[in-house]
Amino acid sequence: MSAERIDRVVIVGASLAGLRAAEALRDEGFTGRLTLIGDEPEPAYDRPPLSKQVLLGQVAADATALPLARDVDAQWRLGTAATGLDLDGRTVLLADGSKVPFDRLLIATGTRARPWANEAEAALEGVLTLRTSADAGRLAALLDAKPRRVLVVGAGFTGSEIASACRERGIDVTVAERGPAPLVGALGGVIGEAAARLQRAHGVDLRCGVTVTSLEGDEAGRLCRAHLSDGTVLEADVAVVALGAIRNTGWLEGSGLAAGPRGIAADAACRAFDHNGIATDDIFVAGDVARMPHALFGYQFLSLEHWGNAVEQARLAAHNMLCASRDRRPHLWIPAFWSSQFGVNIKSIGVPTMGDEVVVTQGALEDDRFVAVYGHRGRVIAAVSFDHGRWLDFYRCLIESAAPFPPEFAGVDRPPPGTVPVPACFPDPSVPSHGPTVTVSGYAPSERRITFTPAPA
Amino acid sequence: MRLVVDLNRCQGYAQCAFLGPDVFRLHGEESLLYDPVVGAEKRDQVLAAAAACPVGAILVDGPGVREVDAVVG
Amino acid sequence: MTAPETMMRRIADPAARPDPYPLYEELRRTPVARQDDGVYTVSTYWEIRSLLNDPRVSSQTRPPLVPTPSGARSMLRLDPAEHDRVRRIVTRPFGPPHTPRRVFEMRRGMADTVRGLLDAFADKDQADIVDDFAYPFPISVICRLFGVPVEDEPRFHLWTESLLGAADFGAEHKPDPHLLDPDAAKIEMGGYLAELFDKHRKDPGDDMFSALAVDDGPDGRLTPPEQVATGFLLLIAGHETTVNLITNGVLTLLRHPQELKRLKDDPDLAVPMIEELLRYEPPVQYLPNRRTMDAVEVAGTVIPKDTDVNLMLAAGNRDPRRFPDADRFVPDRGDVEHLGFGNGVHYCFGAPLARLETRIALTEFARRVKGPELVADPPPYRVNPVLRGPRHLPVAYRGVRS
Repeated sequence: MSAERIDRVVIVGASLAGLRAAEALRDEGFTGRLTLIGDEPEPAYDRPPLSKQVLLGQVAADATALPLARDVDAQWRLGTAATGLDLDGRTVLLADGSKVPFDRLLIATGTRARPWANEAEAALEGVLTLRTSADAGRLAALLDAKPRRVLVVGAGFTGSEIASACRERGIDVTVAERGPAPLVGALGGVIGEAAARLQRAHGVDLRCGVTVTSLEGDEAGRLCRAHLSDGTVLEADVAVVALGAIRNTGWLEGSGLAAGPRGIAADAACRAFDHNGIATDDIFVAGDVARMPHALFGYQFLSLEHWGNAVEQARLAAHNMLCASRDRRPHLWIPAFWSSQFGVNIKSIGVPTMGDEVVVTQGALEDDRFVAVYGHRGRVIAAVSFDHGRWLDFYRCLIESAAPFPPEFAGVDRPPPGTVPVPACFPDPSVPSHGPTVTVSGYAPSERRITFTPAPA
Repeated sequence: MRLVVDLNRCQGYAQCAFLGPDVFRLHGEESLLYDPVVGAEKRDQVLAAAAACPVGAILVDGPGVREVDAVVG
Repeated sequence: MTAPETMMRRIADPAARPDPYPLYEELRRTPVARQDDGVYTVSTYWEIRSLLNDPRVSSQTRPPLVPTPSGARSMLRLDPAEHDRVRRIVTRPFGPPHTPRRVFEMRRGMADTVRGLLDAFADKDQADIVDDFAYPFPISVICRLFGVPVEDEPRFHLWTESLLGAADFGAEHKPDPHLLDPDAAKIEMGGYLAELFDKHRKDPGDDMFSALAVDDGPDGRLTPPEQVATGFLLLIAGHETTVNLITNGVLTLLRHPQELKRLKDDPDLAVPMIEELLRYEPPVQYLPNRRTMDAVEVAGTVIPKDTDVNLMLAAGNRDPRRFPDADRFVPDRGDVEHLGFGNGVHYCFGAPLARLETRIALTEFARRVKGPELVADPPPYRVNPVLRGPRHLPVAYRGVRS
């Protein structure tokens, strides 16, 4: 460890991960100058409520600000995007032309919604994505206006939650999903079927195996109908494009960091790789924009668009940024996320997308109350619950201890004998999709060099 | 005051919805919805809920925390 | 008696009641221990917590200490999915999502009751916190909530005492001559409850037992035997535990006068203080109702299949590996994720009610009672080692503020 003094820490990205990192830096005793740079003008706010409470009309879109556990004594440069990074000069370039020098940098720029590919159609009134509080405010206002029908393009978690909010407000909604079922990219076909049943039971017009080929506007530039790949023409006033997220790494192009459309590669201590695949000492990454190896999952690089991941990596990055090298801690957080839709609480732990097989271990799929466990090469790799979240700690222990799959035990609320694992039915990853919550790719840090191939978004 | 519930930790014990019904609502059997920003009149409900949470999932503004102070464009 | 002095026997010995914590400390030296009678005790925090959330541990297969009168099991002694169904039905008229404000809206009535009880302190210079305060308060609350006529209280009090007094915890003690034969108490209480539910079915009021008797939710209705079993559980549990929590609270505050003063000056302190109290002196000391359905490895020890397991909540609450300074009462320790109400699917049904009641009781006691002092320390304790609490708590004082 060099005796270099750390006087200036800059965090690019002033949302959940940036905020938690700022708190953690102060908790860890950092007393120098702390600057947070964020492209959105609002102070950090929480995003999960945007597709739930806000769309239900219970909470205003601009009222989801995140609390601060402590004062962080920072300079906030909000509403100003970072546009470049000078690695040698240790400087962040901002959209207003200014330069911010740093001794340590944390990149937590997150993701943005994948826009509708046809720009003219995307510009129609009534066509929107849902990622920011401004998006949520617009969508909530459109729902207040009692649209004839809402079209949700993509049945991932965000799309499904939007559909749920529409139905709860008595609004007709069609969900168009390219895959065979909702949530299929994140949870596979078996649980996807349960999600599909849930949607239909709540009156969603769910159409799987179709894509939206075009959105049509009236003469005033308002969305009026949508054309589907099966030839259906659908009258709709609102179309929400929920096709996943794009990582905000464009500003790092040419910087020399291993940044690309799949995120910024980093080691398990959150240190960013340069484009040679060598860990930097002064650049750290956290949150949705990061991808880093996880010992428990075959050292595969995981990109996790999870709230909990942002919090954990932020704390970890803050710690590792300040500590001596021998005190660095690895990223060992077990991935976890939740979704609330159609009155059901869906929780996941581990990495379901790595699962080859799945088996219900408690409860019953048809009751919408169950735990299902995913196996990968004979060990437990993940578990998903519908309204059975209290049991997940037990399954976390199975994941952490690489317990054999299928888990065999006598216990409460077990399914009938003869319940056996079935293929988890994840879609072929080579078929383009709106993207699962977790993407797994095969590079290992034990390899001497990583072949990093920047690709267009 | 501002609050956030770590819904990974939350297990639907609903103690918050009992003790702070003007802030926390159970949606179905296990899903929790809540108001992330509340007025001072609901502070008591938030603090009672946060203390009672069996899994420590409710985070609130720390003592004396100010709103984000210096916004330099 | 030549039977080996197992730890459970020593804990059950009434002589250990005032201060069982040294025994719990001894227990924690072996976090998962097989006792001589074959029962396993689990006494450290993380291990207890993991077993409370382990689907291989049953609450149903071990014979109940106090069987219900109707033959049906109470939810305390049911496993999921049956447990979950019953609990959803019983929660429906009690709390969220269906009845989210019921408990919250009882605050005013609670405050009135406490005011009345403390007003009566003014005529004396000594009171029994149990008989004059901690007992009558929750009784009036549950009578109102459940729809049980308050004038029937002496009857179900006697039944409850007779049943709990007779439960065999493995220690020798003389049966109390004032109590009924437990079988007779059970039959009488069962008949009483069946009649009460019948009455509510014909003429339902705005109370929980009426709702259980007539309402149909998505899970349907409890059968009449299930209603009686539920009423039996709620009356006993709603009755015995809050009394002990409030009494333990007053006792602990009188043993820590500086904390009593802090509470008097800052009533908001009651909120974290109650959680610390639930850690420090939990009203349910251990759970003697679990049994493994499979071999379970915990803390490096394998508990065999079909083995009785006692989860020692009060010992886990003082586990120094979980709570720094675990034997100290620190009302505002930030991190107080105690096991006082259990954990997992059987988490205490009445927890929110108990929290509100105790908050009101302790803040008002601190605010109004002048110069309170313990008359005897330790006070006399009840026999029951599980639902542990003082039988009486005489307190002397110098008047009551208005």
